[in-house]
Amino acid sequence: MAARSGGPMSAATRDAAVIDERTELVPGKHVVDVRGLGRAFAGRSVLQGIDLQVNAGEIVALIGRSGSGKSTLLRILAGLDAEFTGHVEVDGRVAVAFQDARLLPWRRVRENVALGLRNDARNAIAEKELREVGLGDHLRSWPLTLSGGEAQRVSLARALVRDPNLMLLDEPFGALDALTRLEMHELVLALWKRRRPAILLVTHDVDEALALADRVVLLADGRIAHQERVVLDRPRQRENQDLVEKRIRLLTELGVHEKGAVL
Amino acid sequence: MSALEQEAVSVTTIRPGRQEALEVEIPTGKRRAVSLPLRRPGRRFRRLISPLVVLILWQLTHTFKLISELKLPPPSELATTGWNLIAHPIPAYGSLQGALVISTERFAVGFFFGAVVALILATAAGLSRIGEAAIDPLVQGLRTIPLFGLIPVFLVLFGIGDLPKILIVALAASVPLYLNTYSGIRSIDGKLFELGRVLGLTRSELLRNVVIPSALPQVLVGLRQSLGAAWLALVVAEQINANSGLGFMIIQAATFLRNDIIFVVLLVYTILGLITDWIVRRMERRTLAWRPDLVAQ
Repeated sequence: MAARSGGPMSAATRDAAVIDERTELVPGKHVVDVRGLGRAFAGRSVLQGIDLQVNAGEIVALIGRSGSGKSTLLRILAGLDAEFTGHVEVDGRVAVAFQDARLLPWRRVRENVALGLRNDARNAIAEKELREVGLGDHLRSWPLTLSGGEAQRVSLARALVRDPNLMLLDEPFGALDALTRLEMHELVLALWKRRRPAILLVTHDVDEALALADRVVLLADGRIAHQERVVLDRPRQRENQDLVEKRIRLLTELGVHEKGAVL
Repeated sequence: MSALEQEAVSVTTIRPGRQEALEVEIPTGKRRAVSLPLRRPGRRFRRLISPLVVLILWQLTHTFKLISELKLPPPSELATTGWNLIAHPIPAYGSLQGALVISTERFAVGFFFGAVVALILATAAGLSRIGEAAIDPLVQGLRTIPLFGLIPVFLVLFGIGDLPKILIVALAASVPLYLNTYSGIRSIDGKLFELGRVLGLTRSELLRNVVIPSALPQVLVGLRQSLGAAWLALVVAEQINANSGLGFMIIQAATFLRNDIIFVVLLVYTILGLITDWIVRRMERRTLAWRPDLVAQ
């Protein structure tokens, strides 16, 4: 049976307190509360008995092999899939970033970020957010002129203008080269430290999960097969003994037995 | 994305020789004019050479009396005929400018209504299942009817006035525009609708930001096709049961064996067609500025 998540760790609790003050959420309230979630496509079960709570300000990485159901879970949380069974509760403002940055090519960068905002200062808000992700020079650029990393920054800015308390990131760095990916990790952490949204990051990259998350949730065959908590300050050293052990455990759970993975 | 790019190729490479310097935005955010190789004035002039040679040969057929000028009047005579039709019109034909105004009006009114109806129907059919079920079979059926077979029917129904000609033009314009708009809307990337949901876009925001810009390249292709079809329909409709307009001039000229007049009128049709085509190409260049082949790398 799927593991039910335990009580929040101290770091997460501290983050929760911070965010509670700011957003006046009920203390201890989860941003995501999923119980007994199931999803089947044409009779084939993709998710089964999923129990998952995400605290305010917590970074949870959802890892698994292709077809493990991780993207389906994120789509359900994003409200893009309503054909599930069980209890799903998502609180507050939710923003999503996809693997393909999914910008509208016929709208300039700033208009892409301002899309869906309805107040008078929408352009100013978009500009501020673009500067925050380091794209202040690209306000009037066409999306097709951007590099993959820049496009993902725009996508992040578009998520951030909604001032979300939950960000759902669906393998947003999966298509980027290794160096750009590391830069994006730094950027996400910097933004998170400033704004403290809860983040649910779907990834197939164990290192990425361990570098960013407070908690790594491993999905296999539509169930939560394993969880790891990471209580280390960020940025983290990849060689940290604790991380090395966690990496081996996660890779083993994923069915990878790489001797070279140890240091 | 790849589908978009293929589209881009089909739309914007149509007349490479006619493109001009574009102002493009390069990734640094600075603007500068980029001149594509095909746009040098020299090349442009070179494209005029072969038409000029044909014109000269045409004139020479007259100089050396190769073909009777009654059958193939030379360009110099066409110029005189054209001027006379404008400055000294005779009742059998009416003035060229008068016919031009009448024909242009028929075209404009017919094309406008045909295009508006096509866009509305295609949007309804493209965006809703009910709309598709109700509208698409009718239009698909309509396109299989030979348009010019309807002319005698319209004669019985609407007489020989402007109305039947306008209707023929409207029908001719509507079918290609409908088909292209419908397929343009249908081929919108579903992921963008998903994005719209995630961002909480309203229906009108979705229409403005996703549906219209996404379908636009295909709509413009349809617009060009329907302009061609509508001009053709006008020429035919005006040659049957008409007592005014450019087509009527052609029929009158044929009766009096005035091939020179026929040539002049055909030339006017050609110029009108080129003008409308040019307008659409301008629209393409303005609205598709974001496309990868127009945005300099």
